[in-house]
Amino acid sequence: MSVDTTAPTGTVSYVYAVARPVDAAVLAGVRGVDGGQPHLVACQDLVAVVDTVPAAGFDESALRARLENLDWLAAVARAHHGVVDTVARHTAALPLRLATVYHDDDRVRRMLADQREAFSTALDRLTGRTEWGVKVYTDPTAPGSPPSSGGNTGGGTSADSGAGGGTGGAGKAYLRRRLAQRRSREDSWQRATELSRRIDQVLGDLAEDRRHHRPQDAALSGAPGENVFNAAYLVPADRSAEFAARARELACGLTGVRVELTGPWVPYSFVPQAFTPNGSGTEVA
Amino acid sequence: MPMPTDPAPPRSTLATAGLLDDVDDPLAHREIALVDLLDRLLAGGVVLTGDLTLAIADVDLVHISLRALITSISPDRPSPWGNHRTEVP
Repeated sequence: MSVDTTAPTGTVSYVYAVARPVDAAVLAGVRGVDGGQPHLVACQDLVAVVDTVPAAGFDESALRARLENLDWLAAVARAHHGVVDTVARHTAALPLRLATVYHDDDRVRRMLADQREAFSTALDRLTGRTEWGVKVYTDPTAPGSPPSSGGNTGGGTSADSGAGGGTGGAGKAYLRRRLAQRRSREDSWQRATELSRRIDQVLGDLAEDRRHHRPQDAALSGAPGENVFNAAYLVPADRSAEFAARARELACGLTGVRVELTGPWVPYSFVPQAFTPNGSGTEVA
Repeated sequence: MPMPTDPAPPRSTLATAGLLDDVDDPLAHREIALVDLLDRLLAGGVVLTGDLTLAIADVDLVHISLRALITSISPDRPSPWGNHRTEVP
């Protein structure tokens, strides 16, 4: 896509969120995805939180290339979140998907007008709500774990003495060890899954809605253990503290799993994803 | 609507909005993990068809970005796209 035909000024409008009107002063000192300060574009009872960014860095081909760069992705994700979070502390706000870009502020204003009803409905639904994230991991070091590699190291030595022959015994011991490891892994997975179900039940009762995210790849999260459960809960603000306390209480009382609580978040996971008549919207799990 | 402009320092939680009683919660102050953020920024959020990002909408964006994550975090994982970050000797 050619930049010069679309943006004579060389800039485009990056949109962070759509919100209820708020004093523009809340954005003072906030840095956006390109280091500048975002501003508000108003249309009736809605505002869009917008940033004027260079077209050369944010048109389709540029974004495509830059999103492959983890450092850039991380910086933009954090800046995007920072802006959304700041605004959400003062008014109801709907975060937009990362990298939503318009030609200029007039186009943003038109988008607000076109989608006004859908935005209003979604904002009303999320006003006074907050999101909590709960993740459950297997705990490979749990004392309650069934016989694992530790016990089988001993098994290896006894196999040596019993068989007398080096390779055959060692091979069997190796297979036994692998089998035990696999069983142990399956057991802890199963245990974590069962506990997740219980946690989900208890916390789901305190929440208005829930969303199950895909479990995180250990290579990406760097967290020990295997992530078997990754959920988000939509919680009314006045029950937020209670929810967090209950989650912590549950986490403390369990062995063999590790429970991680994140939040409170702007309810990212609960905004309708697309404003289309047959749009998937927010799924109730 | 007139809004208070309390000069609260930027925080990564909603705690300062008075939404939480336990603002001293250490969990709330911890730096947000990138994966948790991307779970939300890439899988959540309103998807609008912007003027300049038609083809990046939805799944496409998720894939591009996750590819960046995977290839840079596990440099030994070969990338079918020949990403420069993934250099297998």
